[in-house]
Parts: sequence; structure tokens; C-alpha cells
Amino acid sequence: MSESRFRGTDRYVATDDLMMAVNAAVTLGRPLLVKGEPGTGKTQLAEEVALALNRPFIQWHIKSTTKAQQGLYEYDAVSRLRDSQLGDARVHDIGNYIVKGKLWEAFTHDVQPVVLIDEIDKADIEFPNDLLLELDRMEFHVYETQQTIRARHRPVIIITSNNEKELPDAFLRRCFFHYIRFPDKETMERIVRVHYPDLKKRLLSEALEAFFEIREVPGLKKRPSTSELLDWIKLLLAEDIPPEALRGDQHKLIPPLYGALLKNEQDVHLFERLLFMSRRKRD
Amino acid sequence: MMTDFFFKLRKASLPVTLTEFLTLLEALSQRVTAHSVEEFYYLARATLVKDERHYDRFDQVFGSHFKGLETLFDEMIGATVPLEWLRRLAELTLSEDDKQLIEALGGWEKLMETFAQRMAEQEGRHQGGNKWIGTAGTSPFGAYGYNPEGIRIGQDSSRHRRAVKVWDRREFRNLDDTIELGTRNIKVALRRLRRFAREGAAQELDLDDTIRSTARNAGYLDLRMVPERHNAVKVLLFLDAGGSMDDHVRVCEELFSAARSEFKHLEYFYFHNMIYEGLWKDNRRRYTEKTETMTVLNTFGHDYKLILVGDATMSPYEITYPGGSVEHFNPEAGDVWMHRLLAAWPHAIWLNPQPQNRWSYIPSIQMIRELMGDRMYPLTLEGLEQGIRALQRAR
Repeated sequence: MSESRFRGTDRYVATDDLMMAVNAAVTLGRPLLVKGEPGTGKTQLAEEVALALNRPFIQWHIKSTTKAQQGLYEYDAVSRLRDSQLGDARVHDIGNYIVKGKLWEAFTHDVQPVVLIDEIDKADIEFPNDLLLELDRMEFHVYETQQTIRARHRPVIIITSNNEKELPDAFLRRCFFHYIRFPDKETMERIVRVHYPDLKKRLLSEALEAFFEIREVPGLKKRPSTSELLDWIKLLLAEDIPPEALRGDQHKLIPPLYGALLKNEQDVHLFERLLFMSRRKRD
Repeated sequence: MMTDFFFKLRKASLPVTLTEFLTLLEALSQRVTAHSVEEFYYLARATLVKDERHYDRFDQVFGSHFKGLETLFDEMIGATVPLEWLRRLAELTLSEDDKQLIEALGGWEKLMETFAQRMAEQEGRHQGGNKWIGTAGTSPFGAYGYNPEGIRIGQDSSRHRRAVKVWDRREFRNLDDTIELGTRNIKVALRRLRRFAREGAAQELDLDDTIRSTARNAGYLDLRMVPERHNAVKVLLFLDAGGSMDDHVRVCEELFSAARSEFKHLEYFYFHNMIYEGLWKDNRRRYTEKTETMTVLNTFGHDYKLILVGDATMSPYEITYPGGSVEHFNPEAGDVWMHRLLAAWPHAIWLNPQPQNRWSYIPSIQMIRELMGDRMYPLTLEGLEQGIRALQRAR
């Protein structure tokens, strides 16, 4: 299995513990549950794993109305009823009205695919429970046609959660789990380098300094995360802002283009107030 | 060795199950890890721990169980770190002045000796939760930036002798907490209160009715729609935001967030210790934006179910006497208002975050309990379930 080990890609910096979790999930064919602050690359992970292992990539984005059954298959009774009214010959085969779901698609792939079940916590509270057997045995039964769909290759399933709802124990027991910690400064530097290889060193260190300072501000509603930092640096580059402008000197209250980092007007107010107070102390 | 580890984890009240343990063994036999204790640690964590709040406790158990065993892994790949190498690294990071100071302290050999000794000592004490080298400024190591974290001994060449091991860093300390009531559990409990009703726009296909009317329509499709089912239960939540509630903020927040997402018709108000003539919606603007309790009483119908959350811990005067309130003069006593509330909303319970075994010692809790007709329940999962059941009973 040495060739199918995940080591991160040239676009994605993976820490040691993340690599281990992914590799364990790939080797044993069990789902991997990824949690972490928003914007730390949970969703992107699955895409990069598929890319690195050269596997087909199937995404299933979960909404509050998504039902577990939709991932397996749906029986389109309404079109069958309509076809029967119009005398369509297709109506005699019920299989014509079975719409395959994402998991069905994944189970019948020729090569082991990577499946992303994105934001599982958005769904109804019973959603994970409804998928227990399917994720465990990687098979399900189609009642309408009396056939059992079994996975030809156990897909690599990566599930992300934002912790909006807690997941049931029975579900957790079947997964590997990884919590993406917020990267430290060194890892963050590597991540930014991966995305902007030509970034000037001074701008990078000033930007990181400002970024971590903002993250340290107590009481922020939404602390900026990796993806916001990357957006901000992109803006800084586009506007061609010199590194000096990022330093919190007395004339500039707030780092330029802060809108990319602080997404909430209360946070902006809070930050302004704190800066104002610290400036008064210095005066 | 592994079974012991499993039981130690369970003893530390980590919810590890046999299935997960078998998965770990399977992963080991499939050679997911190379021979390194760090990879093993990551693998064990991904398999056995399913909640980032448990990471810290896992780290502690792992540290105590596998202490000293790292060398075992090192021997397997034959990597040892010579003392010489360690010294050279330290020399690199120290300035000339520092080196002179070290000489004054008895030279390198002595220092290294103490260093090793202190390391061993501190690793032992670290289990108890103390800090690494560098506390209080008396240690020579702290003074010269000789903190093992600072030098990062052997980080790249041999990751297995890293002075502060990954699990000993205990980076996940902040995430640990032992709350008994998770939001999920609260939601499941609150779900019992649901009462489904169909109201609003017809958007859902009513299959039975469609079949019936299609048949009646000589086989021509006649689609019938019904409104979607909604949870029609109406809940009024009164939360105590007084000073003595500070200890229970967390659990109240959880209850509140669970209730908010579970009920469509949820109205909430805050009060302080006891209900009087005014309530407020925003705790920060409690003095400026008060809502008359009378208005609330007249606004929400009798079909609302009332849930009061408070520790009911106060002076008895606050309940029985006019003017007894701690923060303002109340013309009418608290129990008068309580009677009004209960008359308006007969389905009512009081949830108390105070542990139940302490209730009998606090007179005010007894009084409120009597006022509520014994419908006071502890704010635990069990209490919540009992309370919800009481709310459902017809009165």
C-alpha cells in the first residue's frame, strides 16, 4: 500500500497526525470524520486526498433537508405515475424510476473512489443513524427492485462536521476521527507559501503577525481562519499594499482591507475600540 | 500492554469501546504505522477518541502508560541521540555571555547532568499538571532559554527524542470539559415535546389522497398537496440571569441553544432570581428595555408551555414580601406573580441547575417548589425528561 499513502499535495499542507488519520482510513476502508474550526480546510482535504491518490472524487453536500435515503437512491414515483398516464412503455420496468444516489454511485465504481460527505451536522439529527449499516458494511438493499448493492471497493469516505449538532455514539464508533487544530505560525507560513510561492518574505511575516494578533483579540464572534488569511493576502497582493502599511502604527487604526478578516460588524467595532484604547495608553 | 492501555482509558472515563479497540489492533496488524511511537500515538488517537474535548485526557493517559516505552520504538529503528549532539545544538543557540555564565555555574558537564536529572524529575511531576522547565525563574535552564521547547531537541533528525513529546504538550487542554448535558442529548429530550400539525402552504404531495382522487378521476392524475408537518408546540422560556446563576451559565446556554433550534414557536425572557412586574429580552439592556410581565401574560395564549430556568436560591423575602427584590422595589410580592403565571400557563415546569440533593437545605427552593406544585426538576438529562413528561400531561 506504500504507493497509496497520503502525504499532502503541493497545494495542501497536511500535518503528521492528519496524514496518519487519512492513511488509517484508506487502509482499513472506514470513514474518517474531520472536525475543526471553519476555514481550516476540512472540505478541501477530501479533494486533495482524491487528487493525491489519483482516485475519482464524489461529493455529497448535506443540507438541512437532506435525507439519508437520498444518498442511496430515490424512487421517482411521480414520473412513473405520469408515464403510466401517457402510456409510456418504460413504465413496466420499475428500475427506470430508481434514481441513483451518491453512495450508490460510489459503491459501483470500478476503482476505489473518495467520497466527501460535507457538513453532516447540517442534516437532521437522525441522519447519521440512518447511515450506520451502509457505512459499516458498505452495502444496502433496494426495496423496489429487490437487489442488494454491495461496494465493489470500499470507498474512502471523508465526513466533515462543524459541530453544530453532536453526532451519535454509534456513528462515531465506526469512524476514525481527526480534529484539525488551528495551524501554528510555522505551519501557517508553509500553507501561505504553498498558495503564494512568490510572496515577499517581509509582507508574509507582517501579514501573519497582524493576522495572529487579530485572532488573539478576546471576545471576537468569528475569529478569522486560514481561508480568510489566504483571501486577505490575495487582496493585499492585488492592491499592492507595502508591508509597512500592515504594521499597526498610530495613524492606521485597522489593518488595510480588514473586511477579508473580520466578517462581523460587532467584531470590527470591538477591534477598533481595543486599538483605540491601546493607542491612548501609548500617548 | 495494549489491553492495559485500553482499560486505563476506560478508567479515565473516556468512552472507548471494544469495537474501536479492535479497529486499532486491525490497523496495527495492517501496518498502517511505521515503527514510531508518534505515528502510533496519532493512530491510536484517531481510532479511539471521537471528540476533541477528550484529546487532553487521552494525552494524559497515553503519556503515563507509554512513558519510558519510547525507547522501545527507538531501538527498533536503531536511532539514538548522542549527548554530544545535544550539546552542540545548545552551543549554537547560546551567546558568548551565556556561555560564560554557564562556566560560572560549574561548566558544561555539570549543567548537562543537572539538566538530565531535572528532565527526569520534571517528567514525573508533569503528570500532576505542573509546568515544564522554566517556572519561577530559578532554574538555570529557564534563564538561558534552555527550555526544551525552545531548543526543540532533535526535532528533525530524530523525532522520537523530542524533549516535549506531542502528547506531553497537552495542546488540547482548552477543549476538555466534562459537561454532562450535550446539546444533542438536550435536543433529544426536548423532542418529546413535539406536537405535529399541518399548517401553512400546501407543498407536500399527499400520496394517499392523490391515489384516491386519481382513481375517482378515472385514472387521470389528480395531484393532491398538503402542508408540511411542523412542530406546533409553543414554548415560553424564562431564564434567571441573576448573579447566583453564573455557575450554571454553560448548561443554560446549552439548553437555550437546543431549545432555540428545536422549537419554532419559542419566546424567551430573562428575570433576576424571581419573577416580578418586569422581564427583559436582552440582558445587556435590561434596565432600558423592560417588558411588562402583564403584557407578556396577555400576549401569549394558554397553549404555550412555560419553562422556568433558575436556581431559586434567594432570600425568602424575595418571594413573599412586596419590596423584597434585591435590585428594585417591587409593589407586589413574587409569589403573587408566580400565581398569575401559573394561572395563565397551566403547563409549567421549573428547571433547577442546583444539584437535587441540596434542594432541601435551601428554604427558597422549597417555597418555589410548593408554588410550582412540586413541578421542579433538576437541570440534568433525567430531570429534563421528567419535566417534559410533566409538561405533556394534561392538567
